[in-house]
Order: sequence, then C-alpha cells, then structure tokens
Amino acid sequence: MTTTPQAPLLAMKGVSKSFPGVRALAGVDLVLHRGEVLALLGENGAGKSTLIKILAGAYRPDAGSIVINGHALSFANPIHAQRAGISVIYQEFNLIPSLSARENIFLGRERTCQGFIQRRAEQSRALELFAHVGVQIDPETPCRELAIGQQQVVEIAKALSQDARIIVMDEPSAALTSPEVERLFGIVHELKVRGIGVIYISHRLDEIFRIADRVMVMRDGQHVATRPTGQVTREALIEMMVGRKLESEFPKRSATVGKERLVVKHLCRRGKVRDVSFSIRAGEVLGLTGLVGAGRTETARLIFGADRSDSGTITLDGRMLRLQNPRDAIRAGIALLTEDRKSQGLVLGQSVRENFGLPNLSQMSSWGFVQQRRESSAFARFVESLRIRIPHHEQLARNLSGGNQQKVVLAKWLQRNCEVIIFDEPTRGIDVGAKYEVYLLINELAAQGKAILMISSELPEVMGMSDRILVMHQGRISGEVADVPNSTQEDIMRTAVG
Amino acid sequence: MAEPRIRSILSRLVSDYGMFFVLLLLCCYYSWVTYDEQHPTGAAAAEQLAKQITRQFAKNSNVLIVARDSNEDGTFADLLRAQLRGEGFSVIETVKGQPSDARNAIQRLTDAGVRVDVIACNQATAGWAVMENLGSKFPSLASVKIVQPQSYRWPNFLKTDNLLNVANQIAVIAIIAIGMTTVIITAGIDLSVGSLIALSAVVSTLLIRDLAGAEQASALAMTACGLAGIAVCAAIGCFSGLMVTTFAIPAFIATLGMMLVASGFAYIFAKGQSIYQVPDAFVWLGRGGKMGVPNAVILMIVLYLIAHVLMTHTTLGRYIYAIGGNTEAARLSGVPVKRILVFVYTMSGALAGLGGVVMASQLKSGSPTYGGMYELYVIAAVVVGGTSLAGGEGKVLGTLIGAFIIAVIQNGMNLTGVESYTQKVVLGLVILGAVLVDTRKKSGWNWLRFRAAKIND
Repeated sequence: MTTTPQAPLLAMKGVSKSFPGVRALAGVDLVLHRGEVLALLGENGAGKSTLIKILAGAYRPDAGSIVINGHALSFANPIHAQRAGISVIYQEFNLIPSLSARENIFLGRERTCQGFIQRRAEQSRALELFAHVGVQIDPETPCRELAIGQQQVVEIAKALSQDARIIVMDEPSAALTSPEVERLFGIVHELKVRGIGVIYISHRLDEIFRIADRVMVMRDGQHVATRPTGQVTREALIEMMVGRKLESEFPKRSATVGKERLVVKHLCRRGKVRDVSFSIRAGEVLGLTGLVGAGRTETARLIFGADRSDSGTITLDGRMLRLQNPRDAIRAGIALLTEDRKSQGLVLGQSVRENFGLPNLSQMSSWGFVQQRRESSAFARFVESLRIRIPHHEQLARNLSGGNQQKVVLAKWLQRNCEVIIFDEPTRGIDVGAKYEVYLLINELAAQGKAILMISSELPEVMGMSDRILVMHQGRISGEVADVPNSTQEDIMRTAVG
Repeated sequence: MAEPRIRSILSRLVSDYGMFFVLLLLCCYYSWVTYDEQHPTGAAAAEQLAKQITRQFAKNSNVLIVARDSNEDGTFADLLRAQLRGEGFSVIETVKGQPSDARNAIQRLTDAGVRVDVIACNQATAGWAVMENLGSKFPSLASVKIVQPQSYRWPNFLKTDNLLNVANQIAVIAIIAIGMTTVIITAGIDLSVGSLIALSAVVSTLLIRDLAGAEQASALAMTACGLAGIAVCAAIGCFSGLMVTTFAIPAFIATLGMMLVASGFAYIFAKGQSIYQVPDAFVWLGRGGKMGVPNAVILMIVLYLIAHVLMTHTTLGRYIYAIGGNTEAARLSGVPVKRILVFVYTMSGALAGLGGVVMASQLKSGSPTYGGMYELYVIAAVVVGGTSLAGGEGKVLGTLIGAFIIAVIQNGMNLTGVESYTQKVVLGLVILGAVLVDTRKKSGWNWLRFRAAKIND
C-alpha cells in the first residue's frame, strides 16, 4: 500500500483498544481518500465511537498506527488531533449556547490584535465560511436560538475554520428534519469538492446510499468489510452489520383495534401546542410526525404531566385525568419514553438496576425499604427477554451503548405495565438489530390492547409501524393519514411543511 | 473468573472507602509520633501493683500505701488496700496527702516499732524525696522495699481517653454532616448550618432559663426545650427547601440568606449575651456517658447507622441519589422531586439544630457566637468523605470517615504541639490533598493525563 502513487489522506492500521472487561477494538483498519465520503456502519457497541475517539485523540490506542498524508502520528490529546486537521462533529454539539455563532466558531482561536478581538474580521470570515457551505446564518445569533440544523452548520464552519482535512460526522442527520437533511447533503458534497475527506456515521441506510462513496462495516470491534457503495445492496449491508439475515425492516402484524382508550381534547400550551385533539384506541399504534419544533414532544409532555397545559382535557378509559406532574400520569397508567435518553431517560451515574427500579419502587418495597432481591429478579427477567447486553446489574447506565440504554428505559416502563405508552423517537441512535427488537416490542404491546403513541421523524418508520398517522405543524395537527398503506412519504411531507 | 472478581471487589473497596485508608494512615502516623512512656494511674495502677506485690512478697508482709491527695490517687489507694487485704496482706496504713504526711506517717510507724516490709507507691509518690535513702534516715527501714506500678510504652494518641476525646470533639460536626451529605447528594448545599447551631443553642438555653425554671429545670423540661430548638432549625431548613424548590432559587443563595437570618435571630434572642442559667444535668448529653463513651458519641453513631440504612436500603435514599444524578430523569420517572428536596433541607436544618443542642450541652451554655465557620468544616468533612459536589454520588459512612480525618489531624497536631495558626494552614492543605487524591483515583490514577481526561468529559 505504501507504494501507491498517492498516499491516502488517512490510514489507520491494526488499531486495538481494550477497556476493563471489554475488547472495544481488535485490529481495525480504515482508509480514507481526499474528497471521499466514507460511511461507517455498525450496530451500537460495534466500536465505531471508540475508533472515532482514537482518531480525535480522546483515547490512546493500545496498538496500531495512524498515518495522515504519509506522516505517522500518535495523538496524545485532542488538540494535537485538531492540529493534524481532524475535526469531529459529535451528535451532541460542542457549542456554548449563550455565545454567538461567530464566538463559537473562533472559540479558543480568537482573532486578536493586541489582545482585542477583531470582531469585524471574525464576522467576515464566518460569513465566508457559511457561504462556502451555502447557508445564511447571522453570525451574531446566540447558538441557543439557532435550529439544530443551523447549529450543525456552525459546527461544520468551525471545522472548516480550523483547516480541517478530515471531518467526522457522528449521526449528523439524527436530529434533522428532511429539508435540513437535504441541505446537509449539499454541504457534504461541497466538502468533497474541496478535497476534504468525510467519515459519515449513520444508521440510516438511505442516506448512505445517497452520499457515501464507500461504506465500511464494523461488528463487535472488528472490521467486517469495506465496499464501494455501488457494489452492495441494502440487504447485504444489514446482513453484514447484524451478522444474520433480517426478514424485513418492519415486522408485520395484524392489528385488532378496539375501543377508544386515550382521548385528548383541545390541549393547549402557550405558543407550543395549539388546540390539539385526538384519540388512541386499544391495540392501536398512532404515529405522530412533523418537523422538529412542530410541537410533538411538547404534546407528549403535556399528556405525561411533565408540563402543565393551559387548557384542554385528557381522558383515559372514560376517566378524566388531572395531571399535576409525571407522578400522577404514571399512577394513571401513562408512560413516556423520552427522546433524549441521556438527559431525561436515565440517571447515568446510577446502575442499570437502580434505573430500572426508579419508577417501580412502590411495587418493590415494603415500609419504605427497597427489596433488592425482588428488584433484581424482576430486572433479570427483562435482561433476558429484551436481550440487554450487560456484564452485571450494577453496571452504570453511562457505560452502555445507545441500544442497551434504550432497552433499560423500556424495561423500567414495561415493569410498570402502563396502559398508554408514548415513544418519543424510540429508535434514534439505535442500530438496525435493536431497532427491529423495539418494533417487535411495540407491536406486542399493541397486541396486548395498550394504546401507543409513537413520535418519529423518520417517515419510513412512521409509515411502517403506525395504524394511523397524525402530522403536526407549528403546534397544530395539520393532517391525519388514516389509510397508511396507500399513502406516500411525499403526502405526509407536504402536510408537515404546512 | 475468580481473580478479576476479587480485583473488582478490591478496587471498589478502595474507590468507595479509599479515605478509610487515609484515616488509618493518619492514625498510624500520629501513633508513631506520640509513642511515649506511660504510667498507669488509678484503678489500672492498683490492679497491676496488687499483682506485683502478691507475686514478690510473703502473705503476712506489712504494707504501707502512699498516694497523693487527689481523686485518681484516692481510687488507687483504696482499691489497692482492698485487693491486698483480700490477698492476706496487712495494710498497716494508707497515706493520702503531701510528702510531709508521708514522712510523719513513717516517723510514727518507726517510733512505734511497727515492722514495715513494703511501701506501695505510684509513679508520682515514688519520686518524692522522702522515699530516697530511707535506710539512712530510718535505720529500721533498711530492708524495706519500695514498689511502684511498672511503666510501659504506648502512643499518647491511642490512649482510650484521647480517642474518646477525638470522637466527642467531632460529634457536632459529624452529626450535622449527615444532613449536609444528603443535601450535597441532591446537588445542593446548605450554608446555614453554622448559624443554626447558634440559633438552636440560644433558643434551647433561653427557653430553659425563662420558661423551664433556669437551674431548677427538670429533665423533661430540658428535653422539650432542646426539641423546640431543633424544631425552629427544622422550620428554617424547610423554608430554605421551599425557596429552592418552589421559587427555583439556587441553594447556595437561599441558604446563604438563611445563614444571615438565623445568625441575626440568635443574637436578637440572646441580646448578644451568653446564657449560662442551665441546670448541671444539662451537660448529660454533651459530657455524660456510659462506660466512658460520651452520650454525644453514642448519639452520633446511632444517627450514622440510621442514615446509612436510610440512604442504601430505602426508596427515600434511592430517590435522593436519583435527584442528584439527574433531576429531570428522576421527575419523569415519577419521583416526587419537590417533596424530597424539602425533606432533605428540613432534615439538614433539624440535624444542625441537634448539633447546636449538643454543643450547648458540651459547653453548658448557649451563645450566638457558636458554630462560626462550622458550615465550612461540615462541607469539608462531606467532601473529604468522597461525596461529589456535583451530586448523585457519595456515602454517609464516607462522611463519618471524612469528619474523623479532620478530627484526627487536629488532635494529632495538638498532641505534637503544633501552633493553632499553623494548624489551619495544614488542615486546609490536607483537605485539598484528600480531594485531589480522590479525583485522581476516580480517573484511574492517571496523574499525567488528567487534562485530557477532563476534555473528554
């Protein structure tokens, strides 16, 4: 390989890394050329994140080499990696919300003249960078006021301002709406043209086929295969990722929809949710989609009592609910699996067993004393049935992969045996195999006669899973699709954009 | 499979109770430094000397006992006499007093022609000039043997009295630190505890003076007054909790405000004076004890056991940890966050109040100047004990260890004669060092790369 006419932009060879008790990477190779988009695929826990963190200088590999432009490098820290032209855009952006886009871009590398910041110079450079990627953002807007897609552009501009030659994007489209994803693709294309190598991590196969030149698949810390995108099929990729054949992406089921269970009428919360009314029947999966910020999560939080509604009523099985807080909602039999597992679903510093027990302690305690044996045995049942991969029950929630974290959250609500279950982006950041398991579980719950509300931005998922779909736009329900099999993604999209 | 398990248990032990080893190390150090010649006194000396005499002398020997005129020497002399008589010796006289008394007694005995075989002294009286060259002064006593208890070597630090003293001194801080630990685990802080010590001490002694009959107050009345002091502090803690939960005022600010309010009230109630008019029995809690163990120490141990069980085995404890770890996740899991936070601040206030009553009892008075800077010592004990100020983790028993680390350092420096100003400097540095060790340990003893580790977070 060393005698090829042009050395690759990046070559990682035989990279290995172990953590106490886990072999995260075992001799992984990765090659990236100039102006190329390499998609990195793999289930959660396959070792993608570890590989990226080694590239970013956050971890030191146990073995292996990293060669950039023919120069061997061994990163001691993230700053060295940055100087070598590597930029990683993580799923959770590293932006400071109170600072403006410009200040974030130049954070730590401010353009100064005798200690004073050259605001004008920074501004024009920021505008120039935004122009490169074809987006218009006012550089003085505080980042907290920017949409997720715009924040991402700021991150990309920041990477460009550091003269990044390799940009790693970790699930860049996960939180984006369809038009934003389109714009992201445009930006990626722009980066390619400029000769930048892009490593693109995503679970969305459609995207990979659209923008990646080559695709690399990892499984269990090992390199499975790297192929030009044109030479593989969707099915082949899934098979490589999970190591077995999947029948279909969405499990089939025969819905037997019963009587109305949850009825929501004229629900309002100032500015966010406007006069939302709908009902869910027993055994029904109701899909709720729309653009980010359309009020989907806000509606779910009202039904769960996490926020107070200004007006409107919520009825479960004919009984009117007065919800002051989530505790009331849980007692009434409503569960919410939040969109953001890390900040809302789990106490990361506690063990998985303790997380599992949190909403269930009333069942598992007597006289205020927690019966740990009862808790452990209940959890053990779910570890088995949901196939949660953990070494022991005392494992901290922080140390699990996204899929396993979601399964722990699922377990804690399944134990509660709630009648209404709200899934907010249930498969975000989850690999294909675990996704399928979540879908199966949703179907099983529906078959038990529960009422299910599934919020999702992924249209194929909404269409594959729902019996009925509601579309929200600017806090209102802007459309309903009752005949799901005979409608198209375009129909829904049109309603979503208003 | 067995080996990694043992290793994981060991590493957990070290990470959970690493401070325990620091405490042991400190104890070892001060034991070594204060290793010194010890002379038994009182009952222990009597026991030892009785055995020695029984072993060395014939049963019908005549014994003269010489001791000083103090309580401890009195116990020594009386016990020794009783024991020797039981063994069949004839104790011809027991002297308790000055060297002149001893000389007079010996003079009298020799004048009367009484045979004296043994003179039993303790370490102090054996050193009296009278006892030197008895044979030349009183020819009839040429063959008399002077015996005294044997000395031994033992660290001053490890003497039972000293250790109990350490425990008693730290009791107030340790009791308050229980409440502080729970508050800090919820990611809060309570700065008002120092002032609450003063308020509670003033309120309870004031009530004893003005309502319960001052020096004539009954035990029941004193208990009621103490409880009233605690209740006032609990109410203030509850108020802080409500400010934190209902109005979302940062705990630092809310409790800072209450710190000033409580201190001000303590001065107003006491009119700036100390209150001494309490019965002698009032010191029962602070100074009294069973079998040498002060009641305050027993109370502290009981409270720690209760708190440990509460935090590790009950839903309440689980909720407290969950709130500190992730308030929003806890709320969305149905944890009654507000109720529990109010409870935690109320308990912190009540325990600070209890600490105030203990301190008033120890000092047999109440004063608005009590508890100055105590909130900082309490927080230091909690943090040295391994509780994170970020919330979500920490252990009540760790706090007890932290409190003892502080107490042992202070006591050790007193024993080795370190000046009190220097003590402050050392204590501050030790607290920093302890916390540094703790954070290093958590990042896997990665001393050199700690900056990189921070960036990853």
